[in-house]
Amino acid sequence: MSTATKNTDNREEVRAVAEAALTPEIVAFIADCVKGDHVQSQLIRVLHKVQGHYGYLGPDQMDAVAQLLQVPTSRVTGVATFYHFFRLEPRGKYMISVCLGTACYVKGAERIADRLQEELGVHFGETTKDKLFSLEATRCLGTCGLAPVVMIEEKVYGGVEPDQIPGIIGKYTKMAQEEKKA
Amino acid sequence: MNTTVLNTYQGLVTAAKARLTEAYPENITRIQVGSATCENAAGAQEVWQEFEKSIRTSGRKDIVLHMTGCTGRCSREPIVGIFVPGKMPVKYQQVDRDKAHEIFMHHVLGGELMGEQVLDRPTSAPDYQVLVCDAQHCGCCVNGSTVKTFREQLAIAGLDAAKVQIISTGCLGFCSMRREANTTSVLVRPDSIVYNVKTVDDVTRIIGEHLKDGRVVQDLVSNEASINEGFFDLYGDVVFFNRQKRIALRNAGVINPESLDEYIQYSGFKALGDVLAKGDPDWVIDQVTHAQLRGRGGGGFPTGLKWKLTRQNVKKECYILCNADEGDPGAFMDRSMLESDPFSVIEGMIIGGYAVAATRGFFYVRAEYPLAIRRIEHAIAECRKNGLLGKNILGSGYSLDLEIRLGAGAFVCGEETALIHSIEGERGQPRIRPPFPAESGLWGKPTVINNVETFANIPALLVFGADWFRKVGTEKSGGTKVFALAGKISHTGLVEVAMGTTIREVVNNIGGGVPKGKALKGVQTGGPAGGIIPAEFLDTPIDFDTLGKMGSIMGSGGMIVLDEDDCMVDVAKFFITFCQDESCGKCTPCREGTKRMLEILERITAGKGEADDIEKLERLAMLVKNASLCGLGKAAPNPVLSTIRHFRAEYEAHIHDKTCTSRKCKALISYEVDAEKCVGCTMCARNCPADCITGVRKEPHKIDKGKCIKCGRCFDVCRFDAVNRL
Repeated sequence: MSTATKNTDNREEVRAVAEAALTPEIVAFIADCVKGDHVQSQLIRVLHKVQGHYGYLGPDQMDAVAQLLQVPTSRVTGVATFYHFFRLEPRGKYMISVCLGTACYVKGAERIADRLQEELGVHFGETTKDKLFSLEATRCLGTCGLAPVVMIEEKVYGGVEPDQIPGIIGKYTKMAQEEKKA
Repeated sequence: MNTTVLNTYQGLVTAAKARLTEAYPENITRIQVGSATCENAAGAQEVWQEFEKSIRTSGRKDIVLHMTGCTGRCSREPIVGIFVPGKMPVKYQQVDRDKAHEIFMHHVLGGELMGEQVLDRPTSAPDYQVLVCDAQHCGCCVNGSTVKTFREQLAIAGLDAAKVQIISTGCLGFCSMRREANTTSVLVRPDSIVYNVKTVDDVTRIIGEHLKDGRVVQDLVSNEASINEGFFDLYGDVVFFNRQKRIALRNAGVINPESLDEYIQYSGFKALGDVLAKGDPDWVIDQVTHAQLRGRGGGGFPTGLKWKLTRQNVKKECYILCNADEGDPGAFMDRSMLESDPFSVIEGMIIGGYAVAATRGFFYVRAEYPLAIRRIEHAIAECRKNGLLGKNILGSGYSLDLEIRLGAGAFVCGEETALIHSIEGERGQPRIRPPFPAESGLWGKPTVINNVETFANIPALLVFGADWFRKVGTEKSGGTKVFALAGKISHTGLVEVAMGTTIREVVNNIGGGVPKGKALKGVQTGGPAGGIIPAEFLDTPIDFDTLGKMGSIMGSGGMIVLDEDDCMVDVAKFFITFCQDESCGKCTPCREGTKRMLEILERITAGKGEADDIEKLERLAMLVKNASLCGLGKAAPNPVLSTIRHFRAEYEAHIHDKTCTSRKCKALISYEVDAEKCVGCTMCARNCPADCITGVRKEPHKIDKGKCIKCGRCFDVCRFDAVNRL
């Protein structure tokens, strides 16, 4: 190691900044991942963990992950943008996922999707202005027996008709309002 | 023979049995509730809680709840089974909180069957059911037909056919047992007794002694457990199940997926014990090769050969991977297997690992399957605790540990080299092969990758014999295939049938045909990479090769039934949209080709098709097929090519006549009010989002076609069938 590197070593400082951008739990999780061999192979797992907490992958978090795992930021960004599962924007309070798998499609999922976009006034991948709903299309939730299927957060609605959409959305809007009041 | 291994395994079996006898003594009533993603989505967890509460308040100590995975009868979930000692098992369908309460009060406590709610509503409540194996190796033995002989002798004996029900079933799986030649196996319920029947005399004895007097005919009883005995004992009376042949799904819906004991009870880890005791990896490879097991992930590559090739390359390190990145829309076999019987997949993986001398193993699972991930995590932990994973497995000296890696929603990661990149933490893009993973895979080391279903078959194949497994299938492909049956079909669900079964058997007999009396148009197999098989080829036996010849593929096992309302051009567009979206972008033919194909299809469905569009599509499709880097691109044009091949007239109607015969493509249809039928209820006008319907109350309405956005809401809301879709 040359002297120049030694003198400008700010590793601890950088590390502290990175750790501050994440929760202690995630930092500990990453510290655990780094112990094994082939550290980079843990990247996707770590990103899942980060998204699980924040709901999306922000630039600060991605930088921090790159720093703590010691992989280039470009690689983290590359992976985060490649996989559909990772979101780079904050999401709404309720995530509405419309299944566009084959079984749902032949049973009319497209009309459900159209109606949802119309009722919410957003396209797929967008969030409503009141930050209440995010709408996304998913590929097969594996519950083809109930097609067509819409999932809101963890709750699965099966055999959905377009006319039920306003009612279902209304329920969540009301729920949010009541939560606000309380 | 390594006796340490056998003794260790035997120790596990004895301990498991002891614990199970304690948990489920003979006189106990069992309430069984499914618990897979689909079951839970349909409300199984609430049903479970309701039963828990009911049992608690009743104060009864002889009623227990039992959790299982899913049976695969999706459209009827949640399914609840009631097992009262000495009584026929009863399965209730589409149970909710209220029904659960009723079932508990009337059936469990009151002993009264609630016929209306029973799965597939049986016409009578018989005292006995005799399930007669009617499959090719069994059925015709006694006097030409065992079923017929039973019915005749029953009439002679003067027993009421409503009291003793004779059911002809598909293969009960008893052919997996060692027994005399030319015997048929029959299962008598509710006593769960299996007889091997050879002569008419045997039949009369069973009727006279067992069915009349209730005494078991000891010398005809089979003492070996068959592969499906547990399954048929529970579900043998339901046509959807008894026409199937369950090998990979043998434990699904029978055992608790979180109980190692229950898995061991059904010959679980016996194959692993035998293999490690024998200590000969080449023997394992020989068996798997002889059984003609082909990869169930889609490619159909012979598993034995894959293992052999990998083994040859192993120097020091080697990895075994389980591909559980089930990205096909409309396919959920792997999810169900992992959720319903994770141990069998793990056992298959350890055996595979031993055969190729793997040092580490990885599960690559879709992140969209949280329950499956939890169940595998749990199963791996249980195996470690019991010396079935980790260092020195069962005292054999062989060590292997498994880890889970999550996918993140990229269809292309089902391709083996892309999957490897994804495990390495890279973008999941494929690379050129060779070198194949067998030579240089994960971190440059020899690597075996097999699908979930392939692994699930391994233990059964070894326990019940490679010969038997081979016999089950066709000449070139042994065993069974699981299909996820969905779309326009009465019984949506998971179906496992022997290779060589016809599509008609699966769709019409097991699946119950197309609902609402509509005509079947075709069956789509193989997911986005597959093709559509038109109705006239329904009698084709299902096999890797036959499907390939018809322009489709076996794929991982999605089977979507399409009826007269489905437009084939639209379906092709759907799949190309998918492939275009999922193309990883690495190679040009796939990235650009699918995009251009999609543009042409969009143009056709929008009524702007040009005269030479079909030729353009065909040319592009062949180019993408021939020049793409990986399987995704090579197969992406299949839906287009197969629909053009079998449904060319539909394309032509869209392009030349600007009509969609199935009335699906928005741009090519219009809505009109039938003035004769319209009573002027104003329902359509009130629901029209474009305000294009006018008319006075109690007088016929009219749609302004210029303003109409063709959302179809008027068509849906009209209660007088007065809105026509043209």
